[in-house]
Amino acid sequence: MDLSIILLLLLAPLGGFLINTFLGKQLGKGASGAIGTLAIVISFVCTLLLFLGLEPGADTKADLFHWLTFQNFSVDFSFQFDQLSLLWLLFVTGIGSLIHLYSISYMHHDKDFYKFFSYLNLFVFFMIVLVSGSNLPILFIGWEGVGLCSYLLIGFWYSNQAYNDAAKKAFIMNRVGDLGLLIGIFILATVAGTLDYQGLETFFQTKGSLVDSTWLAVAALCLFIGACGKSAQLPLYTWLPDAMAGPTPVSALIHAATMVTAGIFMVTRLHFLFDLVPAIQNVIAVVGVSTALFAATIGLAQNDIKKVLAYSTVSQLGLMFLALGVGAYEVAVFHVITHAFFKACLFLGAGSVIHANSDEQDMRKMGGLRKVMPITFITMLISSLAIAGIFPLSGFWSKDEILLEAFHYSIPFWAVASLASILTAFYMFRLMFLTFFGEFRGTEHAKSHLHESPALMTIPLVILATLAAVGGLISIPGSSWLMHFLEPLLHTDGAPEHHALDQTAYILMAVASVGALVGIFIAYRKYISNKEVPGEDSEVTGFTKVLAEKYYVDELYDSVFVKPINLLARFFRDVVETALGSLVYGFGKAAAEISNQGRKVHNGSIGLYLFVFVIGFCLIVSYLFLAQ
Amino acid sequence: MQDVLNQVGINNYIFLSVLLFCIGVFGVLYRRNAIIVLMSIEIMLNAVNLLFVAFSTYHEDAQGQVFVFFSMAVAAAEVAVGLAILVSIFRNIGSIDVSNLKKLRG
Repeated sequence: MDLSIILLLLLAPLGGFLINTFLGKQLGKGASGAIGTLAIVISFVCTLLLFLGLEPGADTKADLFHWLTFQNFSVDFSFQFDQLSLLWLLFVTGIGSLIHLYSISYMHHDKDFYKFFSYLNLFVFFMIVLVSGSNLPILFIGWEGVGLCSYLLIGFWYSNQAYNDAAKKAFIMNRVGDLGLLIGIFILATVAGTLDYQGLETFFQTKGSLVDSTWLAVAALCLFIGACGKSAQLPLYTWLPDAMAGPTPVSALIHAATMVTAGIFMVTRLHFLFDLVPAIQNVIAVVGVSTALFAATIGLAQNDIKKVLAYSTVSQLGLMFLALGVGAYEVAVFHVITHAFFKACLFLGAGSVIHANSDEQDMRKMGGLRKVMPITFITMLISSLAIAGIFPLSGFWSKDEILLEAFHYSIPFWAVASLASILTAFYMFRLMFLTFFGEFRGTEHAKSHLHESPALMTIPLVILATLAAVGGLISIPGSSWLMHFLEPLLHTDGAPEHHALDQTAYILMAVASVGALVGIFIAYRKYISNKEVPGEDSEVTGFTKVLAEKYYVDELYDSVFVKPINLLARFFRDVVETALGSLVYGFGKAAAEISNQGRKVHNGSIGLYLFVFVIGFCLIVSYLFLAQ
Repeated sequence: MQDVLNQVGINNYIFLSVLLFCIGVFGVLYRRNAIIVLMSIEIMLNAVNLLFVAFSTYHEDAQGQVFVFFSMAVAAAEVAVGLAILVSIFRNIGSIDVSNLKKLRG
């Protein structure tokens, strides 16, 4: 490992952040955007160099310095560039570069342009730290750092109070998960005496069976709670749809492609721990598959174009957790990669649509954009087909493998996941049909402003759509490059059925494809043939209303957690603080009053002083006599 | 010296000394002229010196007498400083009445 490349890879985004933070205003928009983008491109090139120079079996660790020591427990500040880190780095910096490029055009009218790029660079820096750290404390630094950047970017348009609330919600909800992660790390440190990935793996492979399995289960569960918070799984998912308050490139980069996959990264990293506790793996699979279905149903009734994509992200992340739960880590990684391609493309396409539509996000006020925005339309169509799982686009391969693994694990999981992917096909094409087909339903004023986005925005779209189309080639069943690549890390040789292409696999593929086509067909009948448009919010009734209101989960959390806590806070403010406060104030006032009276004795008369002195002396002497 | 002490009696020395000390105390407490206050302090000091000398003789021990020499020397210095302060007070406020000296009032 070449240390200079590693340092450049790490420090380029940090440098971009520092330059944009301190000099961004003076540099002007052009230079600020160029520096921000260049920093990420440098990291991408470094990652490519490391990726091409990767030799199987070579040492992948880079020790920077010794960090902490407590008696016989120590933590090094070191990084690890193995197969898993490099895969993540490739799409974090690759998609990151494209999104930076896109943002130059998308954010051009914003007065805080340079601030946007400095936050975005900081995010990429922390994301690199997260995925390339060689032990859990470094992962935790990155984990908290990306959470901070997510908060800053969701609340980027800080003059809108609703956006600030969304940012706070994301931050606080993530705290719940982060507490779980921390407790998990502490338990691992106690049990194994090290937090280094390699050390942990050796420990669990040699002495894993000697450790009390309850502790392992608790540790795995706590770590999974952390992953739930970051990757928006039930019951901690509600922050992600609200996080769409941020600018669209942020939604594409942070809340679809990279940060929300950190939970999957962490579980894959620690697969040797999760392999030891099948009960927790079951929990992961159940949570994943229920999130997939739950979020997909909510997605059916959303009218905000970004909200649909947000629930779709939650649902897809649920499928990835299903894959993790059934022990198919490399399949989850595969879906992370393909999902990053098509979901980033969809979000950027949605951004392009919103941009053209004078910042209107409601799909009921769109329509017919196909003719005005051909490039956006075609790229989004490719990505929608990919996410729906149509052969031979990338989503088909990855989703199909998840379904196959789920089928081999348990048929109910497969059935629920299949239902979720049919719903995915439906709501994605509902989005496409409402946005791009039919007649334009917005105002005349908005209609006159419709335009295709500039090249800086369409080029990333085209690249991402191409990747979304062909990305599946990295892991075709039978001759999977990805599986071979990850083998030294995940030891996939123990599960031969991943490679088998038997009759079941073909039947499942056919079922999944037919399901996706059915979903698309229903959407076609509803929104093209019957020309339906979702009604106004007040007109919606029945179960659709429950879906549109997101099962009232936010309201539930509000009444179960937020309101009691507010009540408690008010009790402390009005009763406890008043009581304690008046006690403290009382002491202060009493002291002031006593000294005010005592001040009068000091009237400056020497005669009085002497008199008091003599009397006092006499009293002391007589006391000493009497005391004897 | 032992003879003189024996003739007068140690008690009388103590009475005289207490009397002088009380005169000094009352002088300090009741007189307002700073010079007289200073003189009263000297009387108290000398009452104690007298007691020292008397007991020194009574116990046939020279230590007390040596101590008194030191005490007299210090008292002389103290008077010099005290009078100097009085002179400077007089120059500043034109009076040496202690009841007028109230500038250090809290």
